[in-house]
Amino acid sequence: MTKKKSFLDIVSENRFIHILLSILLGFLVGAVFLSVMGLSVGAAYGRLITSVTTRKGFSYVIVYSVPYIVAGLSVAFSFKTGVFNIGAEGQFVVGSMAAACVGILAGNLPKPILIPLCFIAAMAAGAIWGIIVGFLKTRWGINEVLSMIMFNWIAFYLSNFIAGIPAIHSDGTAEATKNISPNASMLFSKDFIKSAGLCPTANWGILVAIAMTVLVWFVIEKTTLGYELKAVGSNKFAAEYGGINVNRSILTALAISGALAGLAGALQLMGMGNRISVFSSQEGFGFAGIVVALIGCSNPFGVLIAGIFYGALMFGGSKLNLVGAPTQLINVIVGTVVFFIAISVIFENLKNLKPRANRNTEAAANKKTAEQKEGSKS
Amino acid sequence: MTNFMNNFGVILYATLIYTTPLLYAALGSCFSEVSGVVNIGIEGMMTAGAFTGTVVAYFTGNPWIGFLCGGLAGAFFGMLHAIATVNLGADQTIAGTAINMLGPGIVIMIAKVLFNSTDTIPLEASMKIPRLFRGVFDTSTVFGRFMDNVFANYASTYLVFIAVAIVWFVFYKTRFGLRLRACGEHPQACETLGINVIRMRFLCVCISGFLAGLGGACVTMAISTQFRPISIVGQGFIAIAAVIFGKFRPQGALLGCLLFGFCSGLKVVLGGSSGINMQLISMIPYVVTVIVLVLFVGKSRVPSANGKPYIKAK
Repeated sequence: MTKKKSFLDIVSENRFIHILLSILLGFLVGAVFLSVMGLSVGAAYGRLITSVTTRKGFSYVIVYSVPYIVAGLSVAFSFKTGVFNIGAEGQFVVGSMAAACVGILAGNLPKPILIPLCFIAAMAAGAIWGIIVGFLKTRWGINEVLSMIMFNWIAFYLSNFIAGIPAIHSDGTAEATKNISPNASMLFSKDFIKSAGLCPTANWGILVAIAMTVLVWFVIEKTTLGYELKAVGSNKFAAEYGGINVNRSILTALAISGALAGLAGALQLMGMGNRISVFSSQEGFGFAGIVVALIGCSNPFGVLIAGIFYGALMFGGSKLNLVGAPTQLINVIVGTVVFFIAISVIFENLKNLKPRANRNTEAAANKKTAEQKEGSKS
Repeated sequence: MTNFMNNFGVILYATLIYTTPLLYAALGSCFSEVSGVVNIGIEGMMTAGAFTGTVVAYFTGNPWIGFLCGGLAGAFFGMLHAIATVNLGADQTIAGTAINMLGPGIVIMIAKVLFNSTDTIPLEASMKIPRLFRGVFDTSTVFGRFMDNVFANYASTYLVFIAVAIVWFVFYKTRFGLRLRACGEHPQACETLGINVIRMRFLCVCISGFLAGLGGACVTMAISTQFRPISIVGQGFIAIAAVIFGKFRPQGALLGCLLFGFCSGLKVVLGGSSGINMQLISMIPYVVTVIVLVLFVGKSRVPSANGKPYIKAK
């Protein structure tokens, strides 16, 4: 028996529509805040849209989004494998610093060697950061959320410490590292940027981000490794019973997730940052990765789109003060979006809004089909 | 000797002052986690409390009204978290992440509107939480000086230690506490005994927000004199860590917070004098925590139903 689905049924069942509704509600709440503050909603949102839709603006959005996408992939990968990688922040920081060290100390190497070397260093650093946490968990049963929070801060201070080492520290007065060698930079050539009308930090990091998206999708969906990791993620005990080494799977998952976060750090440095400052507080790329993974439903391609969306909000948001609106509005919007994604179960209940009589007949129909199924089974 | 006593006094003082906000938040975290709701939004609730506390104190001139309102602001975000996680069965980690974005986002936006800056106007001394034992001790003797150093703390510090005792009593010596713990272990069993799990958890998450808000208010009304966007940077997460460290018990969380507070205190004293790199000193609390966990504490037993939404059987 095929029943034609009503509009509300489709809305209630489609995860993608839930996300869109959440985003819509986020902007709605943002608009309420703007109105309460006596600011023009049209001016603020208009500015948001116009600043990201020009050619130059959009190139900024893409540049901004690269670290968010890859950090998002890192968190999404961890979600798929049943670990909540709140440690992406620390892995991002050590990855970034590892890439900076290679990019500064081995700056004489030619580009085709140096850039992959920086990537490898960053991924290795991130992976090690992830494996340590995994090892603490599998060997001593230390709660991974706790140790990840600790290792985020250890990474933070370690990065600040390394930035102060004379061989790395800036020659000038800046509280930062030296600039990485031009050979480690991923920027497009100045002439190309100028002729194409792109932003000054336009780089080819997005290609790496897209490649990683496809790779992560492939590993999760098409390989034995991905199957095992997912199995552990959905039911540890069943997986163990099925002959999967759970501890090894957790370590592998954290290593891959950490490597991705580390790579995100490298991409941020080699595409935009060019050097690492001595931080006064955590930069939050890893935490942004959590948000991006959530908006992207932990699906690699969803993460790609969510990362660009997040990049657009961040870049557009930085222009909001031009119309007198606080840039923090973006955090409120994103926070609301995530909040509604969390409670997206309310959207699933939308179909219950239908008139009662209608619902009753439907319930009867459902019961009938269920009975038929039962019958066909026995 | 005199010098040692002085330094020792200062370390103890600094330990207590840095422990205070963490401990409020950690007690809050205990309430939520023990009742079975993961509350990663403690950080955002602290930020809300930090801002509200100092702003209300600034406009009313009364630190205690400010302190209380700080708690209430935290409770408001606690309520949001409770509605999402307890009533609507949302993923608790995701909802907490949302709170961590909403809390700071909203208060910093309000700060912009009220003060045209992301920072609030610094409080005058009379609007801060008072120091109770100022001038009680005779500072002419070595011991008096030591006592004066240690007890130079703000009233909020003494309150939090009383709060630990109260929370311990509530958790382990009252019917409410028994029910609360049971909700985090086996909500279905609770429901069969006529305990309203939903109401219980809702209440606990609100209390958790209230305490986190008080913790935030301590930061801006005692340690510092104003709210800035960097007032609350990670204290909420450290409080959560202290709770896991303390095996989800208030008395254990106290130890965890003291450990962090002590390391921060050590940083203040060592930072000025020794030649050791500041960044490495700052790393100590986190490294020490991991080492202590591995060597002495080991596995932390999470309340069985922690993190699982409870859906009432129809």
